[in-house]
Amino acid sequence: MIVARTGNEAMAEAMRQINPDVVAAYPITPATEIVQIFSGFVANGQVDTEYVAVESEHSAMSACVGAAAAGARVMTGTASQGLALMYEILYIAAGLRLPIVLCLVNRSLSSPINIHCDHSDSMGARDAGWIQILTERTQEAYDSVIQAVLIAEKALLPVMVTIDGFIISHAMENIELIDDRAVKEYIGQRSAKYSLLDVDKPFTVGGLDLQDYYFEHKMSEIDAMNHVLPVIEEVNKQFSQRFKRGYPILEEYRCLDAEVALLAMGSTVGTARIAVDELRQEGKKAGLVKLRVFRPFPVAMLKAALKKLKVVGVMDRSDSFSTNGGQLYIEARSILYDEPTKPLLANYVYGLGGRDISIEEIKEIYRQLFDIRNQGKVAAPITYYGVRS
Amino acid sequence: MKLKKWTELEIGCVIPEGGTSQEFKTGDWRSERPIWHEDKCVQCYLCWIYCPDSAIIVENGKVTGIDYDFCKGCGICAYECPPKAGAIIMEREVK
Amino acid sequence: MANLRELAKKTDLLAGGHRACAGCGATIALRQVLLAAERPVVVGLATGCAEVVTTIFPYTAWKVPYIHNAFENVAATISGVEAAYRAQKKMGKITKDIDFIAVGGDGGTYDIGIQALSGAIERRHRMLYVCYDNQAYMNTGIQRSSATPTGAHTTTSVAGKVIPGKMQPRKDLTEIIIAHDIPYAAQATIAYWNDLVTKVRKALATDGPSFINIFSPCRLGWGYPPEKTLDISRLAVETCFWPLYEYENRKYRISIMPKEKKPVAEFLKIQERFAHIFKAKDQAMIDRIQAEFDYKWDRLLKRHQEGQ
Repeated sequence: MIVARTGNEAMAEAMRQINPDVVAAYPITPATEIVQIFSGFVANGQVDTEYVAVESEHSAMSACVGAAAAGARVMTGTASQGLALMYEILYIAAGLRLPIVLCLVNRSLSSPINIHCDHSDSMGARDAGWIQILTERTQEAYDSVIQAVLIAEKALLPVMVTIDGFIISHAMENIELIDDRAVKEYIGQRSAKYSLLDVDKPFTVGGLDLQDYYFEHKMSEIDAMNHVLPVIEEVNKQFSQRFKRGYPILEEYRCLDAEVALLAMGSTVGTARIAVDELRQEGKKAGLVKLRVFRPFPVAMLKAALKKLKVVGVMDRSDSFSTNGGQLYIEARSILYDEPTKPLLANYVYGLGGRDISIEEIKEIYRQLFDIRNQGKVAAPITYYGVRS
Repeated sequence: MKLKKWTELEIGCVIPEGGTSQEFKTGDWRSERPIWHEDKCVQCYLCWIYCPDSAIIVENGKVTGIDYDFCKGCGICAYECPPKAGAIIMEREVK
Repeated sequence: MANLRELAKKTDLLAGGHRACAGCGATIALRQVLLAAERPVVVGLATGCAEVVTTIFPYTAWKVPYIHNAFENVAATISGVEAAYRAQKKMGKITKDIDFIAVGGDGGTYDIGIQALSGAIERRHRMLYVCYDNQAYMNTGIQRSSATPTGAHTTTSVAGKVIPGKMQPRKDLTEIIIAHDIPYAAQATIAYWNDLVTKVRKALATDGPSFINIFSPCRLGWGYPPEKTLDISRLAVETCFWPLYEYENRKYRISIMPKEKKPVAEFLKIQERFAHIFKAKDQAMIDRIQAEFDYKWDRLLKRHQEGQ
């Protein structure tokens, strides 16, 4: 069934079909609508979910941890400051290996306070042990939320699925919905190995580790993250078989004969696709690499894709304050370090606080990349693109 | 307990069984130990309800002694034992 | 009315072998709470003394399902567990009746945890929140909390030459919780085990949120010999420093009326944390403390009389 939905509406719809046991959430722009719409579903009896209207995002994630440890299927949604407030509990959720799914609407972190899109919020959480899937548009967001339930429960790590704030969250798009029954069949039931509600088999979770055990517990979490990519691929394969569409971890768009490409995530990929098509029409061999999964970082796949290119412009919608560029640039650069042949890299930090980036501006970036190709060197490794200087 | 490898651990920081603290003998903390005199005991259970370490042994509904594996020698049981009974006396711990 | 002989037949759900200090009041409180429970319970615990001493991996003293999440969020964590229970009970996945107990020290309850506790009560989860109040952040080495009483020495309210200990009165958290119009709230302490057990049972039978604040003497933090833990607990009640009362169905009731109201100085003078007041012969401070607790007691007495 084709319907018109905004990103928020689509994520809420996916949540309705998933019908989680517990949702504990707090409103924050631009994610508020997800929990608002879902609350309507609860009040109208369209879901069986116990909705916990917590008094802060920190309590939201805390309640999610409690509920997941009690065997429930748990979801929540937030953005920006909300995610930042959850910070310590994000690490706990991953450390306790709880399959929580979080719909994250990417919004910049204060200060200054700004309600618009950039990736500083999810980037700030990149070391927390959560799987991070950055979607390009509403259809992918809807599908990814559904996939996330299985990814989380198979990998036993929490998953955040992101959409760009206001750009996707509030923009209407035609999407194809899966029917309710098919979603429920696809995701099945959660089967938790340990549940606090199994009172006949009491266990302790979240105990104190001294120096003798912390490393071992973390090692098992590290190992879990090392095995996530095949889980994502398997889940996507099953999804594609059933629903005739799917999403690779990494997509090479028109890269076959390209020497020059952009590496990007989120909605900017959609804009860049059009720029590439226009450049191709002008006879320019431009390509685009879309990265969908940022955590775990797909080292082997990304290395293989980038190695083939001569120049790669890495698009970061956040800065790391390391003075070494944006996070995607830093990580992409590091995986190429040992490669005998590697592309020239140029970082473009753009779009902070919702600063728009147009097709024309992306084509301008490509022109710079072609210049780099012709000169054989990168004059400016890091460009803050679009800021008034 | 022998230290486990990371591959041998339960998932998600779980300790899969309750009460495993009983394998850790805090009895060696003592510098004084309570001695329970059965003949003086009036079975009032006050020592049992006030022991922080669950170290007063109750069997078939009767106090039968002290669990020296866990008793830290805090002296609460001896102190709270009703004066008319005086069934628990603290003594110097002999190592 | 609880019966020790009957209680003594139960298995201790808090096992020995935990690393609490010898004579720890908090662990006596936890044992009594667990003994009082008549249905299966799930326990959540905030970071703090009790949590640290009872769950050093791979040792756990808990013989009930137990979760520790972080310091300030046990009320939110147990809210989630309770919601998961309601959801799964509704679907028929769970049939047992289970009670939920969130436990925190005064640090994790009065201060950093007050938001989560307030939210959990407002949302009316069916859960009991137990605070073991030892009047300071004990696990990190005796720092002041908002539960620390006037005049007490702690490492962050040092009894020094210029400022002699904590200068602010302690927060009355029990009253703050009552202001939520909670169906059941109470103050208890370990020396009055029957009163405590009765209150825990009433709380667990409440169809909604409940709160019990348990005065738990800390021998290391307060400075007294370990065997006197119950003595201190009794004296707190006899001096009206820690009144034992309940708030049930919007009525106050003092559950243990001291036969004779002893001066609060009798309670203060046997603890190291107040020794500096007596050493300096600071009668003004003693009078101030007495006035503070007299005010609270008189106000409570009035409410108790209205409730009769």
